Amino acid sequence: MTTLTINGKAHTVGVPEDTPLLWALRDELGLTGTKFGCGMGLCGACTIHIDGVAVRSCITPISAAGGKQINTIEHAEHDKTGAALQAAWVEAGVPQCGYCQGGQIMSAMALLKRTPKPNDGDIDEAMSGNLCRCGTYTRIRAAIKKVANVTASTGGKA
Amino acid sequence: MNDLIQNDTGAPENVSRRLLLKSAAGAGLLLAVTHSGNLFAQAATPAEAVEAVKYGGDSMPGGLVDNPLVFLSIGADGVVSVICHRSEMGQGVRTSIPMVVADELEADFKRVRVIQALGNEARYGNQNTDGSRSLRHSMDPLRRVGACGRMMLEAAAAAQWKVAPAEVQARNHELVHIPSGRKIGFGAVALAAAKLPIPGRETLKMKQPSQFRYIGKSDVALIDGVDIVRGRATYGTDVRLEGMVYAVVARAAVVGGKVRSFDSAAALKVPGVLRVIEIKSTPLPAGFNPLGGVAVVARNTWSAIKGREALVIEWDDGPNGGYDSVEYRKTLEAAARKPAKALRDEGKTMDVLAAAKKRVTAEYYLPHLAHATMEPPVATARIHDGLCEVWTSVQAPQAAVEIVAKHLGIKPEQVKVNVTLLGGGFGRKSKPDFAAEAALLSKAMGGKPVKVQWTREDDLQHDYYHAVSVQHFDSALDDAGKPTAWLHRSAAPTIRSTFVAGAKGLGAGEMGHTAINIPFQIPNIRIETPEVEAQTRIGWFRSVYNIPHAFGVQSFVAELAFAAKRDPKDYLLELIGPARRIDPRTLGDNTNYSESPERYPIDTGRMRGVIELAAKGARWGRKLPKGHGIGIAMAYSFMSYVAIAIEVAVDAKGAIRVVGVDTAIDCGPQVNPERIRSQLEGAVIMGMTLAMHGEISFKKGRAEQSNFHDHVLLRQSEAPHEIRVHLAPANYSVSPGGVGEPGLPPVAPALCNAIFAATGKRIRQLPIAQQLVPL
Repeated sequence: MTTLTINGKAHTVGVPEDTPLLWALRDELGLTGTKFGCGMGLCGACTIHIDGVAVRSCITPISAAGGKQINTIEHAEHDKTGAALQAAWVEAGVPQCGYCQGGQIMSAMALLKRTPKPNDGDIDEAMSGNLCRCGTYTRIRAAIKKVANVTASTGGKA
Repeated sequence: MNDLIQNDTGAPENVSRRLLLKSAAGAGLLLAVTHSGNLFAQAATPAEAVEAVKYGGDSMPGGLVDNPLVFLSIGADGVVSVICHRSEMGQGVRTSIPMVVADELEADFKRVRVIQALGNEARYGNQNTDGSRSLRHSMDPLRRVGACGRMMLEAAAAAQWKVAPAEVQARNHELVHIPSGRKIGFGAVALAAAKLPIPGRETLKMKQPSQFRYIGKSDVALIDGVDIVRGRATYGTDVRLEGMVYAVVARAAVVGGKVRSFDSAAALKVPGVLRVIEIKSTPLPAGFNPLGGVAVVARNTWSAIKGREALVIEWDDGPNGGYDSVEYRKTLEAAARKPAKALRDEGKTMDVLAAAKKRVTAEYYLPHLAHATMEPPVATARIHDGLCEVWTSVQAPQAAVEIVAKHLGIKPEQVKVNVTLLGGGFGRKSKPDFAAEAALLSKAMGGKPVKVQWTREDDLQHDYYHAVSVQHFDSALDDAGKPTAWLHRSAAPTIRSTFVAGAKGLGAGEMGHTAINIPFQIPNIRIETPEVEAQTRIGWFRSVYNIPHAFGVQSFVAELAFAAKRDPKDYLLELIGPARRIDPRTLGDNTNYSESPERYPIDTGRMRGVIELAAKGARWGRKLPKGHGIGIAMAYSFMSYVAIAIEVAVDAKGAIRVVGVDTAIDCGPQVNPERIRSQLEGAVIMGMTLAMHGEISFKKGRAEQSNFHDHVLLRQSEAPHEIRVHLAPANYSVSPGGVGEPGLPPVAPALCNAIFAATGKRIRQLPIAQQLVPL
């Protein structure tokens, strides 16, 4: 049995230690906001935060997450930056099919926490691991910039 | 069932938790008391009964239904529920359909909710969500649904007040007695309204476009937007049922292959693995039948994946085991260089070409493409009490009903298909082979709920691929540089081969995708399609054969312009000629996307309009920095007109950067302009992906690409920072055009025309990949 702290709560899962967090979250715990897209850390649909760092849960075994703070997209609305990004996403009409957007938002959150006022190069670096087949990249970039500006202009309030 | 909420008709309100509004189903209805068939089915009206040929939605399986009792219900609390009978895959249809109904109903959109329909074409009419046809076919019937509901509510209020119905008007979710100003809410008269006769179609009072509240407006938020960004929306892969088990399948990699023998001993030792089950292959043609293979059923997806890795399988590859893309390209090229069956033949093309002083020839190669939806195919099924219930992300739920019934040996009435949100579709999810897999595995598991999850490797190996093709062009130019002859041969495997074994040569409909229906003013035109045999599953991919045809036609026009030393945009306009409306039959196109040639002529004025819009946006003709170039291309597809101007910058290393995109569409009426923009933006990205990176190649019958490391999609770092979308003014006097697909075909040729303008290098094969050497 492995104990995981997810979105502030302790959960116990009885699956082998090499099981990727993605499948523990989705199949064992019912947290389906984290999506499967490739299983190789190539598409970013499964992005979560471990101790505030964006990681691909499809290639992160549960054994690597014991004792750490795991946050998923379901928790983003309880975070100032996360909520601001979600609001900006809705306002800009970013999602098309929406399947990748949870992962996109998790990557954007990690970016803005690290780099509150990112330039285009920062956005490229932080967001290029997240694929979107519908092609919402321009709106994603615009939404991130919008949140970053709001953060700056209101002295840190997002 | 923790994520899906059933409503009273059994349709799952499967997406949005906003549906947990107190007013949800059961709070007393309502227009939806009974229904007695397709009262308003278009085909049944006298005016159209005399017309033997059916077009548009009427020609589709299930036809069109505009019965308000099927699509609309109103609770005693006034909450309006609208059925969405098409699948949501990012195009916004779950928002657009209620917008149309609410508008004619005079409902307040804030009090409208959407209910996703089950797959049931007998009830809802055609539900296929492909061919850019949802609103193209359904906009008018849905307007009638809303107008019918409005008139019934008005009549009910008039009866209650004992006044003339003409004195009552629906206004923003209320009925108003105009002379007295008295008002009553929709909910208060809904039950009485439901008991009234349904007004005949000829008596319906439709709104004028100037009266629209929602149609053509951009301020309606996406119905599922908040759930999506919070990770709460339900896709096919998110379905969870009590007692559900998980499966992955090792399928025959070669189409037509089958399992010769397998050893499951090691797989069964993997922790969490429950069963190993063989799925029998179905003889070709492939159709929507599941591919044969060996399934591993486990307590979770990961155990199933690990179990599959431990399977030992010996395959019989069957007749397509030799499929090889390098060899097949030679076959296509040989076919494209020989005379073939002509689907359009005007004048004496071959003679004029033979006698020409100046001749321009070009050949373009486009490889197979994979849909690569971000959500790979997935389906969940359970069987109980003789009923198979499926939850899945499909574009054609009725097709899923039929293939499941066929493989279980039960009647379609015994199959219930619940449609979730789709994590991308692009045509892949019109082919529900995965739904049949889930049903077969549930049956083998004694009816237990089974979810079949495809991995990315499965998705890329077992797609219904976009056709590989060679596009061959030959033209003669007169002294003024104008073409006097145009020969186009399109050599590609046909989609019919997936359904008819051995089918060869593109069909009239496939050739109607920007090949035979070009309106160019050229006296000698010959359009041919040679016969080549498919060796894998060929399927429709967003905009289908418009991709290779528009790439060939629009690249070749630019090549002719260059040969004639003319501006490519002026030259394109000149070929199209003056504004006029052309009956597609006069061009040899008797298919016209199954639309009426009268309602949907080819309008060269609209073609010219979008070209000018895109050119203006790009400030065509301006001086550009070194290494920059602008290319333009136009394509008419799915009854809409799109032109794109792309500006590229090519650096000294040959790296391409798209620095400007202006895409312009004329789709006639506009329901949700904001979603039209997003579809056009997305089409640019998808078009850039296929132009720059898209390729599936085969060796020994197997796709050589397996995941996103060797099947590259455009990423944020390569994407343009801005895509300017230009909408021609909404025009409600013409019939609706499609939106989901038409933005895609002109992207690749515009991009390659831009590269030519920047570098002088003409790209004749896709993907562009490493073709640009340092300047």
